[in-house]
Amino acid sequence: MKELIKKLTEAYGPSGNEEQVRQIIQAEIAGFADEVRTDALGNLIAVKKPAGGATPAVKVMLAAHMDEIGLIVTHIDDKGFLRFGTIGGVNPLSLLGGRVRFASGRIGVIGIEKLEPNEYPKLEKMYIDIGAKDKAEAETLVSVGDAAGFWRDCVLQGNRVVAKAMDDRIACAVLVQTLKELTATPNEVYFVFTVQEEVGLRGAITSAYGLEPDVAIAVDVTLTGDTPEARTMAVSLGQGPAIKVKDSGMLAHPGVKQLLVEAAKALGIPYQLEVLVGGTTDAMAMQVSRAGVPAGVVSIPTRYVHSPSEMVDASDVQNAVKLLLKVLASPVVLPA
Amino acid sequence: MLLEELSNASGVAGNEGEVREKLIAVVKDHVDEYHVDTIGNLITLKRGTGPEPRLKVMLAAHMDEIGLMIVAIEQNGHLRFRPVGGIDGRVLLSKMVYVGKDRIPGVIGVKPIHLLKPKEREQVLEIDQLTIDIGAKNQEEAQGLVKLGDYAAFATTFATLGGTAKGKALDDRAGCAVLAEIVQGGPYPCDLYAVFTVQEEVGLRGAMVAAYAVSPDLGFALEGTVCDDSPKKKDLSPTTRLGGGPAITIMDRSVIADKRLVKLLMDTAKELGIPYQIKQPGVGGTDAGRIHISKEGVPSVAVAVPCRYIHSPVSLLDLTDFQNTVKLMKATLARVKEF
Repeated sequence: MKELIKKLTEAYGPSGNEEQVRQIIQAEIAGFADEVRTDALGNLIAVKKPAGGATPAVKVMLAAHMDEIGLIVTHIDDKGFLRFGTIGGVNPLSLLGGRVRFASGRIGVIGIEKLEPNEYPKLEKMYIDIGAKDKAEAETLVSVGDAAGFWRDCVLQGNRVVAKAMDDRIACAVLVQTLKELTATPNEVYFVFTVQEEVGLRGAITSAYGLEPDVAIAVDVTLTGDTPEARTMAVSLGQGPAIKVKDSGMLAHPGVKQLLVEAAKALGIPYQLEVLVGGTTDAMAMQVSRAGVPAGVVSIPTRYVHSPSEMVDASDVQNAVKLLLKVLASPVVLPA
Repeated sequence: MLLEELSNASGVAGNEGEVREKLIAVVKDHVDEYHVDTIGNLITLKRGTGPEPRLKVMLAAHMDEIGLMIVAIEQNGHLRFRPVGGIDGRVLLSKMVYVGKDRIPGVIGVKPIHLLKPKEREQVLEIDQLTIDIGAKNQEEAQGLVKLGDYAAFATTFATLGGTAKGKALDDRAGCAVLAEIVQGGPYPCDLYAVFTVQEEVGLRGAMVAAYAVSPDLGFALEGTVCDDSPKKKDLSPTTRLGGGPAITIMDRSVIADKRLVKLLMDTAKELGIPYQIKQPGVGGTDAGRIHISKEGVPSVAVAVPCRYIHSPVSLLDLTDFQNTVKLMKATLARVKEF
């Protein structure tokens, strides 16, 4: 799975530009799903049905988003420097001294204008330097409207993995691995690799409408409270996948939460309960689709979310896969 | 000129009837069906000439403009109000408005300079400190003329100035006029749902409902958009440039446009020598924001006529930009056979 995580996290895919990630996933899951299709907005939908054409017990939708946060070129200046806006929640501080990559592979460095002492580095004072010698050269390399994502390599040290776009490629990896290892299920399981989560859960809104699932589970990152002077949060790296109770966008369906907790206990794997103060996931959109869907989230505890260096624990990731496989092995019927 | 008629008509969000009636009169002989839905959208269908099954293309232009609503009538006969849609309060000072369906003229008056202390001249007046004066002597007289919930629209008269036009509500009467011209043109290979929407300015509400009903395969929002091309101190782009041609949206706050549609528009423009520009990414939102996430998703894009000073009593557009927007849209729709 390490190679898969490396390939997925290093891939280019800011919101609205998920093609390269979709191609990687499509190649990875080829031959493992009963059907695979891409919908109107670019969501990749793979389905696994019960063997022998048996009537499925429950229609389950699992969602992980392919897009990452990034930058979008708004202006090419007279000297070939690029001004930019953000795609999704980008913290300006995380850009300084960093590198970004465009779809073509061109690398840019984030520079900043001179600052007064104690002046806060704002986005408006930053620019991207793609190494063009002038405007004309820059215009052959990029256009206004081109998107760039963070550019960092994926590093594994012991059990800790660091990469950009763990949010949410780590979940894409979890879903790919689950799909591959899911040999038999009584459910009809839709593995949905969504687009445009970071700009408003847009892929989840439309794919949930199309699929009309009975139960929906998103897989996404969550924050931790285990770093120095961190905001209080009872989630830590290496303590198991987190089962969401609440975030700023939704209250997890208690039945889904309980189902996940019982499956974790039955497996004997560690798990954590999660309340996230700031942030939400595709589950928020799935929950209020059409007449409503019981929804929950399996979260991968992650340090430094929305920075170029997000860190997860490999055991949490492996246990997340085990948890999903356990849940899918039986009819996904919610406890009363 | 239709653009002139539409600009002068009153149609603050939630009260688009006058604009809708004018549009019905213009388009009804050029469409196969039309109806007005429960929220007030004017939904028309112009069937295509291509073989079945034909693509369903929804084109949306919003009929509503930003304006004011009367929320209280004071003892002295002055009217208190709230904005409907996004308005910078500073554009309201000393402006004339028409209130209610009888278009009672009113002035948002301010203290004359003779009476202002130096410090007062630096203060920004909040909207809730302003009133509309319709010349009523007292509350009773005012209540005979207007009532709570009446709308007030800016009292601006459309006029052309050489190759430009000034008027109120060019956002989005420009888009409505473009759409009306598209509908009067053709024929087109695809089925065209020309939808004149309501309540865009208060949350893209008409488009949300209309897209659900129409279930299109593709969506185009037609707009009058931000144009801030005054000289800048820094080396930065304006959102759009007057005279730069129709502005194509790649990304704004409400939508990331489908790349294939952006390419189709750009290729069409290049082939036919129609000037075009890319709207600065990240600014504003349009009906495409709701259309693209309707049901199972609809590839969408926005095309706009650049308008200076939108969301103020007077905006300005370039008539060549307007004509080029019509030209680009007609040519693009002529090419949309499959997707």
